[in-house]
Amino acid sequence: MADHKRIDDVTGTATSGHEWDGIEELDTPMPRWWLWSLYATIVWGIVYVILYPAWPMIHGATEGVLGWSSRGQLEQEMQADAQRRAPVMNAIAATAIADLPAKPELMQAAVQGGAAAFRVHCVQCHGAGGAGVKKLYPSLTDDDWLWGGDLSTIEYTITHGIRNPDHKETRTSQMPAFGHDGILEPAQIADVVSHVRVISHQEKPSASSARGAVLFEANCAVCHGPAGNGGREVGAPKLTDAIWLYGGDRASITATVTQPRNGVMPRWNSRLDPVTIKMLAAYVYSLGGGEKAPTPAMAAATAEGPGTEGRGADGQP
Amino acid sequence: MASPEDLTGEHGSLYAARKGVYPKKVDGPFRRFKWAIMAVTLAIYYGTPWIRWDRGPHAPDQAVLVDLANRRFYMFQIEIWPHEFYYVAGLLIMAGIGLFLVTSAVGRAWCGYACPQTVWTDLFQHVDRLIDGDRNAQIRLANGPWTAEKIAKRTLKYAIYLTVAFWTGGAWIMYFADAPTLTQDFWSGQAAPVAYVTVAVLTATTFVLGGFLREQVCIYMCPWPRIQTAMMDEKSLLVTYKDWRGEPRGSVKKAEKNPGAFGDCVDCNQCVAVCPTGIDIREGPQIGCITCALCIDACDSVMAQVGRPRGLIDYCTLDDAATEKAGGVAPPIRKTLFRPRTLIYFGLWGAIGLAMLFALGQRTRLDLAVQHERSPLYVQLSDGAIRNNYTLKLRNMELRPRDVEVTLSGLPGARLWTEDGARETAGQSLRLPLAPDSVTSAKLFVVAPGAGPARQDFTIAVRALDDDPRGDRETIQFDRPGTEP
Ligand code: SF4
Ligand code: SF4
Repeated sequence: MADHKRIDDVTGTATSGHEWDGIEELDTPMPRWWLWSLYATIVWGIVYVILYPAWPMIHGATEGVLGWSSRGQLEQEMQADAQRRAPVMNAIAATAIADLPAKPELMQAAVQGGAAAFRVHCVQCHGAGGAGVKKLYPSLTDDDWLWGGDLSTIEYTITHGIRNPDHKETRTSQMPAFGHDGILEPAQIADVVSHVRVISHQEKPSASSARGAVLFEANCAVCHGPAGNGGREVGAPKLTDAIWLYGGDRASITATVTQPRNGVMPRWNSRLDPVTIKMLAAYVYSLGGGEKAPTPAMAAATAEGPGTEGRGADGQP
Repeated sequence: MASPEDLTGEHGSLYAARKGVYPKKVDGPFRRFKWAIMAVTLAIYYGTPWIRWDRGPHAPDQAVLVDLANRRFYMFQIEIWPHEFYYVAGLLIMAGIGLFLVTSAVGRAWCGYACPQTVWTDLFQHVDRLIDGDRNAQIRLANGPWTAEKIAKRTLKYAIYLTVAFWTGGAWIMYFADAPTLTQDFWSGQAAPVAYVTVAVLTATTFVLGGFLREQVCIYMCPWPRIQTAMMDEKSLLVTYKDWRGEPRGSVKKAEKNPGAFGDCVDCNQCVAVCPTGIDIREGPQIGCITCALCIDACDSVMAQVGRPRGLIDYCTLDDAATEKAGGVAPPIRKTLFRPRTLIYFGLWGAIGLAMLFALGQRTRLDLAVQHERSPLYVQLSDGAIRNNYTLKLRNMELRPRDVEVTLSGLPGARLWTEDGARETAGQSLRLPLAPDSVTSAKLFVVAPGAGPARQDFTIAVRALDDDPRGDRETIQFDRPGTEP
């Protein structure tokens, strides 16, 4: 190649020796500041290696004299963030949960914080957005509450859980296993089921339901109320509406009466601080079913039939 | 053929030191035009942030402001929100087509007159002349020993460079915050760290690029000359040395002795002396030429002195050059400026501009976005009705608080409410107060009878309850049981 190089007459610059179709490439020298820039980047690189973690070693990496690490920075940022949020968190802690809605900014912060905590602790059972899981875990977004849907009641439920074997203050109640324990004969259960389906407007009254009404009065009304409107002090579901946690068709109701599930929810005061629980309650409350004031008992209320608009033949979706 | 040894000498060096460029002072129409452009561009750059603009109590009163923290861009009466960024995109497209237009018409006019690198280099070269004197004095001083005078002059000069550079960096940050407040905060040490860092970086780059690297930026760093070269054609105006008229060159004396043997160029080198990039235009069109036309001014005044017609160096297209070389007469410049290519660019440019103006005039300042919550898709209510949840976003882009009405239509028997209300009080519409210049987001609950199609479209509309009835609407879905996948 070297002997192809020559000095170009017009420019006085050496050619590089590359030639293509009669066009030759000039070997124009680089500007010197370019060289200095290169040196500068090398110096920068060396300084950087000294100051910051750089060389990977078998266990970890060189530390750098500044002692900086991405993990340390994250820690710092988390701390700074906690500090930034501290005033709001303290304000939430100092406010009784029932007073939160009166302070829209606090309420909003609580709902947001609760949404984050919900995604970590609650979605496993209650589903994203609190949609629940059919026949397993209740939806938290509807207007039907087993134990009550106002802020304080929700907070209590989250704090102490439901049917927690190791906790005194837990919400507790037990529906007898009428079929399994032989309290009722299968035929009697069928009659009770007919009655329940009549009061929930899924069936027309029949001889069977008339017999069931008597059995209901004797066995079920204590908790579910004489009209089947449910009782919140024991978490007894309302049987006259369109919402069925474990299904409202004959087979499902029969299964429930035979061997009830008595679902369990963990108590969260052992794992979450009161502020987080308060925020969770605010979030659940905000999902659409929040009730303004506690309405502890419904069982005594007069039977009020559900609206009939849009009910399917068996009241089930 | 050169032997390899030849290449190790001055031609063989891999790195070349920068040759000093000491452009001589020149006067003429192009220089005066350049002065005017420099004055206007610098005045715009330094002055714009200080223009006040009263927008009322809910918005900053700086005419041009890029409010990064609140994500607003203010330009006089116009306020741009992040989701309206297409206006900025439109401006960028216009700037691009504008460059095509200018380049195809008058070549590298951007480089020669308006490019910040050119403007600040020019400014710094005036500083050189102010402190060191004109070209010859500058060369003498540069090559001379480091006397006390030289040290004093250099110190003074670099101090002025630094001041200019600092002002340049300082003006930049004024576009991002209220200028008077920021100035105060800056000097009392209370401005954000990013302000100091920005000023430091811009001061450094202005100092180095404008004070020292100058034409090296145009020749080695900037990609633009390469792109511009590709955008020009044989009808673009270039600064051209008319060699068919000038060559062979010879001094006035030689020409007097030998009439008829020489061209018009008197080989006075004035065109080289005034060139801010230090090139010799007589070697033909080249990438180092930024088309500043100062050599035209210089040569024209020489031609006037020796009594020859002006325009030995002149704006000229490649086509005209060929015509003149062949002895013809080039058409007037106006013809080069108005030809299909430039007219198409101009048409395009103008069309986009008009479309944007039209869109700007038509845009509503009340905007609605509804998003259907997907988990759950619908909620079964105890009375058998179905509720769907939505996230409602209302943008009030006016600088005043407004009351708006959100209305639902196309869903028989449906009612809506937000988290502040309750189903008992829900109706077909609801009223919301919107804060000025803000996005209000609300959870929207819509309940409808359980009987109906599994999937139903309906409309949510928002309208202001004041004198401007323009609003926004969106069609969205209502889901009932049976829509699960
Ligand atoms: S050759 Fe002429 S037009 Fe080109 S940069 Fe130099 S002075 Fe300006
Ligand atoms: S200024 Fe004009 S006359 Fe003088 S050297 Fe340049 S081209 Fe020739």
